[in-house]
Amino acid sequence: MSKRTDSNGYTLLFAIGMVLIVGALLAFTASSLRPMIDANKRIEKQQNILYAMGVNDNDESSAVFVSKDKVAGEFAKYIKKQLVIEGDKITENTEAYLINVKKEQTAAKAGNVRKLPLFVGEKDGKTFYIAPIRGKGLWDAVWAYVAMDKNMVVQGAFFDHKGETPGLGANIKQRYFMDDFIGEDLMNNGSFKGIKVSKSNNDPKNEDKNDNEVDAIAGATITGDGVAAMIKSELGLYVPYFKTLK
Amino acid sequence: MGLLSKKDAVLITDPLLDNNPITIQVLGICSALAITAELKASIVMAVSVLFVLGIGNVVISLMRNIIPSKIRIIVQLIVVAALVIIVDQVLKAFAYELSKTLSVFVGLIITNCIIMGRFEAFALGNGPWRSFLDGIGNALGYGAILIAVGFFRELLGSGTLLGFKVLGDPIELTGLYAFGYENNGFMLLSPMALIVVGIIIWIQRSRNKALIED
Repeated sequence: MSKRTDSNGYTLLFAIGMVLIVGALLAFTASSLRPMIDANKRIEKQQNILYAMGVNDNDESSAVFVSKDKVAGEFAKYIKKQLVIEGDKITENTEAYLINVKKEQTAAKAGNVRKLPLFVGEKDGKTFYIAPIRGKGLWDAVWAYVAMDKNMVVQGAFFDHKGETPGLGANIKQRYFMDDFIGEDLMNNGSFKGIKVSKSNNDPKNEDKNDNEVDAIAGATITGDGVAAMIKSELGLYVPYFKTLK
Repeated sequence: MGLLSKKDAVLITDPLLDNNPITIQVLGICSALAITAELKASIVMAVSVLFVLGIGNVVISLMRNIIPSKIRIIVQLIVVAALVIIVDQVLKAFAYELSKTLSVFVGLIITNCIIMGRFEAFALGNGPWRSFLDGIGNALGYGAILIAVGFFRELLGSGTLLGFKVLGDPIELTGLYAFGYENNGFMLLSPMALIVVGIIIWIQRSRNKALIED
């Protein structure tokens, strides 16, 4: 290393130059790719919603979305209404799927009325009510799209996460975990109970669908607890709407 | 190897065994603990590090004569972080599914000791071609251990490999499970990764006594 590169002046200039070049490069990359990334996120949301109501390309064991090129058509075909629930006010909005649940949670903490999106889908003569929810896992956010019937019995679910541990908490997006929720009743004796992700479920085949419990994933206790807490706190907000359906 | 001189070839082959970054240099242990509960994650991480370390070593090598020594670690960190962010953004735009698979690994790549370790130990003092070979060699050595650990942890912890049930169905009690076999839940926990790495180190040193320190 020559002496020239060791002087304070050179070091300062190098640092400034490097920050400017790297900053400009990252800003250019991010801004030029932004439209494509946003489009991918929109498609993903539509795929997730359709997945929850059973419009997917699943095989026997893996979770597969409808393909990217088909998703817009399928979304228009199966999602009949997109509702926004704000307190007692319910409005229709064809872009309710773009509502940012995280921002709405923050707004609600600041005392604002929260916008709750709800998608009404129809398939094979059955009506599905799909709610997007968001909570905390072990390392970062977890979120889900839960499809219910009008009695708040789960008809399908898609879970996802930002940074749960691969092989452990990240397995919430595996079919064997998500499928366990199908048929579980979120209500119990007329009141909202949610679904517990339990280590003591003693029901490995998940045959008792009225016990409000599904089996936990080994080594993912906190992620499982986060999922259960998210279901309880977030889906509970939809109970007043579901009562109007009866 | 026609393309590589004997000296260059050693840069690829040495980290695979006698100078393995995990078992000998003790670099990259954290990610070996964090993501080896399943084989697929191990493979994804190995490929990601192969790419970042190969390119990163070349970039640092090209800049080696102009980097001020006082801030060289910060410069190395900026290079690897920028590289990883650009790759992540490009994947999000053009291969969204793959970017989602990689999401959790991105942070781990930036903080991976192997990257900084090889920048500091090799790329700062060697030319771009040799640095590239060093990056590829070390990433392959790292990947080999990761994949071996992932293989045993997933097989013995979940009874699956790449998600496929290879030992039977633990709920329907088919295959090995019909004979009373049970998955070892400990294998899914991080400490077992250390133990598996320890067993590999033990085997490696028992086969080559020169690796045993006095």
